[in-house]
Amino acid sequence: MKKNNFGIYLLLVLPATILFFIFHTIPAVMGIFYSFTDWNGLKPTYKMVGFINYLNVFKDKDVLDAYLFTFKFAILTTVIVNVVSLCIALALNSNIKLKNFFKGLYFMPYILSMLIVAYIFNYFFANFWIDIMGYLGIEKWMVNPLGNEKGAWLAIVFVTVWQSAAFNTVLYLAGLQTISEDLYEASALDGANKWKEFWGITFPMIAPFFTINMVLSLKGFLQVFDQVLALTGGGPFGVTRSIALLIYKNGFSGNEFAYQSANAVIYFVVIVAISLIQLRYLQKREMNL
Amino acid sequence: MRTKRTNWLATCFLIAGSVFLLFPLYMTFMLSIKDNKEIADSVLAFPKVWRWENFITAAEKVNYWQKFKNSSIITVLTVTFTLFTNSFVAYAIKKKFDHKFFKGLYFYFISAMFVPFPIIMLPVVKLTARLGLDNLYGLILLYIVYGLSFNVLLYVGYLRSLPQELDEAAIVDGASVWQTFWKIIFPLLAPINATVAIITTVWAWNDFLLPLIMLDQESQTTLPLAQFIFQSKFGQDTNLAFASYLMAMAPLLIVYILAQKWIISGVTRGAVK
Repeated sequence: MKKNNFGIYLLLVLPATILFFIFHTIPAVMGIFYSFTDWNGLKPTYKMVGFINYLNVFKDKDVLDAYLFTFKFAILTTVIVNVVSLCIALALNSNIKLKNFFKGLYFMPYILSMLIVAYIFNYFFANFWIDIMGYLGIEKWMVNPLGNEKGAWLAIVFVTVWQSAAFNTVLYLAGLQTISEDLYEASALDGANKWKEFWGITFPMIAPFFTINMVLSLKGFLQVFDQVLALTGGGPFGVTRSIALLIYKNGFSGNEFAYQSANAVIYFVVIVAISLIQLRYLQKREMNL
Repeated sequence: MRTKRTNWLATCFLIAGSVFLLFPLYMTFMLSIKDNKEIADSVLAFPKVWRWENFITAAEKVNYWQKFKNSSIITVLTVTFTLFTNSFVAYAIKKKFDHKFFKGLYFYFISAMFVPFPIIMLPVVKLTARLGLDNLYGLILLYIVYGLSFNVLLYVGYLRSLPQELDEAAIVDGASVWQTFWKIIFPLLAPINATVAIITTVWAWNDFLLPLIMLDQESQTTLPLAQFIFQSKFGQDTNLAFASYLMAMAPLLIVYILAQKWIISGVTRGAVK
């Protein structure tokens, strides 16, 4: 005898679902609606303007620059974070001294605020960078990268990797720990070297973790905000203004509420499209491995 | 046979990386413990006079204890309510997954993870202001609600790994869904609750953007937001700024040092699910 408690379950999920709808779905829909108006966010009235905001967004140099910066930042950071965290995870998973100490240390950045980490590095770049480059004899780089049009975005990449690699390291380490020793022993008998062992056994076994890390990293880095605000504020000359920063700055205080809403809608479509393509592609690779 | 010798290459790599990780923290501490004249002489050398009073001065300037209280209230209430409500929603979804409404609900919550925050950022400020929720409690509500996306994924994954018969027997015995969940299922969720608690704590404590746009009154600001305001007001007092950064990071750092093994295994568990 099995009672169908459908009504009860429904009653129990309803409050959360309604709240989620009000505070997540409705704002998203409102954003889409405002993108078709000329509202500046303050005036009591507004009128519908059709696709004008969208047409203007595509012609806006500030917006295009923000996309360019955000994408090159997100792609490079995703690659470096994943390479670095995979290397750390492999090292932590081998027979090392002080294993627990290192594990604890390498995961520590995860609990630190990105904003504060970026403030700390802001000082580091302003006061130590030039000396270090001088010591290394790299004269070309003897300027504060945060004030340099070419170097600023790389400094932001650097700080982001410092803070973000920790979380991915733990995910990779979790993946590595699921691989049984037997697999390696079999391959050792076959005489496979370390390099072959990695691509033949280790990497295929952690491929699902690689997929999820790549997707989550890219999605997260495309929304970069805190570290940009703390390191450069979008400068110099706007070259490190990310999409999120542009929407925040001009949407709230630049009288561009509706216009930046249109920008946000495009940004949303782009992120969803990229996430889907990435998932498709990486899952296909996973199966081929 | 695989050797069990120490891998010195990996050990050296990790030692080199440690320097890289610890240097910023060492620098932060050295900056926070000197006066600005000694900083000008040398940032990294040990101070001649240890100026612990910097922490007291910085605490007064940023109103540290008030911000600490705000951040603590947000984090504790968010985590508590998240654990109780999100687990329950996930349980209902998992139980009725055959039904298309609940299946749809599952994908509804999860797909929201791909909605970038900037698209809801502008309207949500208008909405919460109109509802009188542009304060600490509105912020807590948003954290609990937004957490659903990721937490439902974690909880449903974990619930699927539990034996199915446990709660069916209880329901047949006449226990209500409500009782069954709290008496039988919730205690079994302890490991994944730990994971959710850790992730939610780190998020609520360190989040910057949502408090930045939501909180109007200075008295309600959180620790990260206070650093941002402090930076623009007293940015010249390097030692006080760094004392303030250190104090903002200290609570989570201390918790982490005390419970790191538990925290790392908690996050690892979330990863495997």
